[in-house]
Amino acid sequence: MGATLPRPALVDLKGRIFLGALAAICLAVPLLNLVVPEGSGLHLPTYLVSLFGKYLAFALLALSLDLVWGYCGILSLGHGAFFGLGGYAMGMYLMRQIGPRGVYGNPVLPDFMVFLNYTELPWYWLGFDRFPFAALMVLAVPGLLAFVFGWLAFRSRVTGVYLSIITQAMTFALMLAFFRNDMGLGGNNGLTDFKDILGFPVQAQGVRVALFLATAAALAIGYLIARFMTVSAYGKVLIAVRDAEPRTRFLGYRPEAYKTLAFVVSAMMAGVAGALYVPQVGIINPSEFAPTNSIEAVIWVAVGGRGTLVGAALGAILVNYAKTLLTGALPDAWLFALGALFVLVTLFLPKGIVGTAIERFGSRRAAARLPPEPEIPGKLAEEGRG
Amino acid sequence: MIRLLTLLLCLLAGPALAQAPGDAAYARLASDSYAEIEAGIVGLGASGDPRAGAVIGALADGRLLSRPADRALFIRDGSGLVEARTGAPASAEGLKPVRANNKVRRAIEAAMGGLNLTSPDPGKRREAADAMFKARDAGALPALDAALAKEADASVRRALTEARAAVILARPGAAEPERLAAIQTIAGRGDGDALGLLRALSADPSEAVRAAADRGVRTVETRLALIGAAQNVWYGISLGSVLLLAAIGLAITFGVMGIINMAHGEMVMLGAYTTFLVQGAIRAHAPALSEWSLAASIPAAFLVAGAVGVLIERSVIRHLYGRPLETLLATFGISLVLQQGVRSIFGPTNREVSAPAFMTGAFDLFGLSITWGRLWIVVFSFGVFLGLLFVLRRTSFGLKTRAVTQNRRMAAAMGIRTPLVDALTFGLGSGIAGIAGVALSQIDNVSPNLGQGYIIDSFLVVVFGGVGNLWGTLVAALTLGVANKLFEPYLGAVLAKIALLVFIILFIQKRPRGLFALKGRAVES
Repeated sequence: MGATLPRPALVDLKGRIFLGALAAICLAVPLLNLVVPEGSGLHLPTYLVSLFGKYLAFALLALSLDLVWGYCGILSLGHGAFFGLGGYAMGMYLMRQIGPRGVYGNPVLPDFMVFLNYTELPWYWLGFDRFPFAALMVLAVPGLLAFVFGWLAFRSRVTGVYLSIITQAMTFALMLAFFRNDMGLGGNNGLTDFKDILGFPVQAQGVRVALFLATAAALAIGYLIARFMTVSAYGKVLIAVRDAEPRTRFLGYRPEAYKTLAFVVSAMMAGVAGALYVPQVGIINPSEFAPTNSIEAVIWVAVGGRGTLVGAALGAILVNYAKTLLTGALPDAWLFALGALFVLVTLFLPKGIVGTAIERFGSRRAAARLPPEPEIPGKLAEEGRG
Repeated sequence: MIRLLTLLLCLLAGPALAQAPGDAAYARLASDSYAEIEAGIVGLGASGDPRAGAVIGALADGRLLSRPADRALFIRDGSGLVEARTGAPASAEGLKPVRANNKVRRAIEAAMGGLNLTSPDPGKRREAADAMFKARDAGALPALDAALAKEADASVRRALTEARAAVILARPGAAEPERLAAIQTIAGRGDGDALGLLRALSADPSEAVRAAADRGVRTVETRLALIGAAQNVWYGISLGSVLLLAAIGLAITFGVMGIINMAHGEMVMLGAYTTFLVQGAIRAHAPALSEWSLAASIPAAFLVAGAVGVLIERSVIRHLYGRPLETLLATFGISLVLQQGVRSIFGPTNREVSAPAFMTGAFDLFGLSITWGRLWIVVFSFGVFLGLLFVLRRTSFGLKTRAVTQNRRMAAAMGIRTPLVDALTFGLGSGIAGIAGVALSQIDNVSPNLGQGYIIDSFLVVVFGGVGNLWGTLVAALTLGVANKLFEPYLGAVLAKIALLVFIILFIQKRPRGLFALKGRAVES
């Protein structure tokens, strides 16, 4: 069936612009931070490097969400859970690197465990002193959760609103669980006070720049993977599932397999985003699992343009930049602005910034043609019969 | 030990005082020695003097004064003085208060207990009997027997019998049949105190007593377990009714109209703040009506939240029909704006909403302790549910609502003004949420975040019950509430909640459309 449809290029025009811009930033940021002397007006302070790194981590989260929402119709309101799990895996590695430098000086147990009278490390902490294992867990834990959750849900054909709400329940349950001290993961305070990463001090200027570059690279790789998945034959089926799941099923495909794969890859990307986020902000705590965080990520995607990948990343960066500006200048106004943004974007910019731009200036073919969501007729009050 | 000493003193002092009960006792009260004062109290308590209660009560309050010169006693009554023995008004100079130490105070309590046993007020007599049940003072047996002989009130009689049984069990020398009968009585009482008493008998020398006590323990334990379970079920119903209240507005906006209304929690919050404002206004302008402020808040909250709901529907949601996931984003935005708006106006701190008198306090039902506030909330939430059911099923507006949501075009063709019906239906759901806010203001903090705590639970209730089905919402709310409270003793509050969330996630896999799924073509989207 690929014969009639020319396969789109892996990196199209907007992809080239995106990757080009990313490369330019990767060149400029180290230059302005490390080479330009501190007194100069062009110097980029290190805290800003970490701030940009945080934006890029959010961009990767948004990208992962766009992969499932934009191309697969799965509106996950629980992607913050995967982000948080990846972050916790990284946080556990960083905790183990503190070693005897904690307040209590215990070489094995992190401070909060000493404080809570643990005598030995819980089993699930084993192995986290080694980076390769931690890195594997950053992918495996969110991936496994997504696999189990997705497989169950997609096989039972839980779709639309119901799926959104149970993903929200999932992240809410995880938040409650991680708030417990008995969890052995720092409870309310989470994991913080990190010292080293891979043997380098995590606060050092060079390490900050390196983390920034790593995040940018992860974003680029994530984009390429997502793009590869969506332009491939697999991606065609995925879009077919999004637009008409029963019809695709009748054609002999198994939508649940396609959806589960996309969901798992997306969750792993979100996990990586979380893992890169944690060393740059220096803390991970259970509030990352809060359902509002996940909803906020959905907004980033909506603002940038659902189903465009590039737009999701752009949306995340723009919204977070605006957040930084507004919370600094007018703390009270931020929620007004964010709330108004949600309303205005859904009302007047349903395709998002990038989607609208493509529609207006780009070629017809490149536009991600999002059909309106199927109308849900008659939810209706059938109490009369019920 | 001290009790024994008191007892001993009482026994020693008893016969001596018997010759001139009143006079000697009064004289002793006026003494400087604590031991004398104590003996005086005991004597007065046993004398049957009609003034005894007043005198000992005055002593307890530090209002009993003595004149050292002639050992006369007076009671300070408000600003004046009365003669202690006669109660006649008097005036005197050079008075000093009768002092009390801990032993004296204990004697006062014991004497008051004995006096209350003969009080004309059955409530007081019952209290005295309960106090004696707890004290298990062997010396009180004659007083108990005497009281029992002339007691007419059934509940007081029971309390007295139980107190007597407790005393007998605590007394070393009682005969075995008497003890066995006492065990029966205590086991019949069936509460934690009874259990403690019976357990203490496990080392009794008599085998029959041991066996009877053992049987009694088992009876009481079963009874207590039942009561505990019933109490948990009640807590569960109470929690379920809160969930029902929180979710029922959403059952309209989400369940009936299909709008994923993330601003639902904020409608609840607006209702709670309306309650706060109404209460403040009534307190300021018509303090006499403040008992009714909660009732007055109900229509006010309905109108405020309903009006905001109509506004939201007209300005935003009507453009988004048929795009359910986008209504989610827009309404989430609205919820942020509302939260921040309320925070800017009222500040981030909690606001105080007081409870009217009829909602405070608790009562006892077959050993269950039930607070009035919770009971009213349960009643209220069922009332709201039935009211809503009536509106949807029995009114012309409800008929139009159902027609529009089932088949918009056909409804329009029949001449129904669908935009108006949409706006009013959303307003109704929001107004109901506002009413929920009135009730929730009684049990939760009235803060800008009030709604956030309910939004996820509300969605889960509606989804679990089956979208578009009010009865499903009712069953789901009560099921989740009761299940939560039944798990809580075993898992703890947080784990119970997590277990329920996981349960719902799994349940949705099994029945993707909830407990009571709608059937027919309308379901397929």
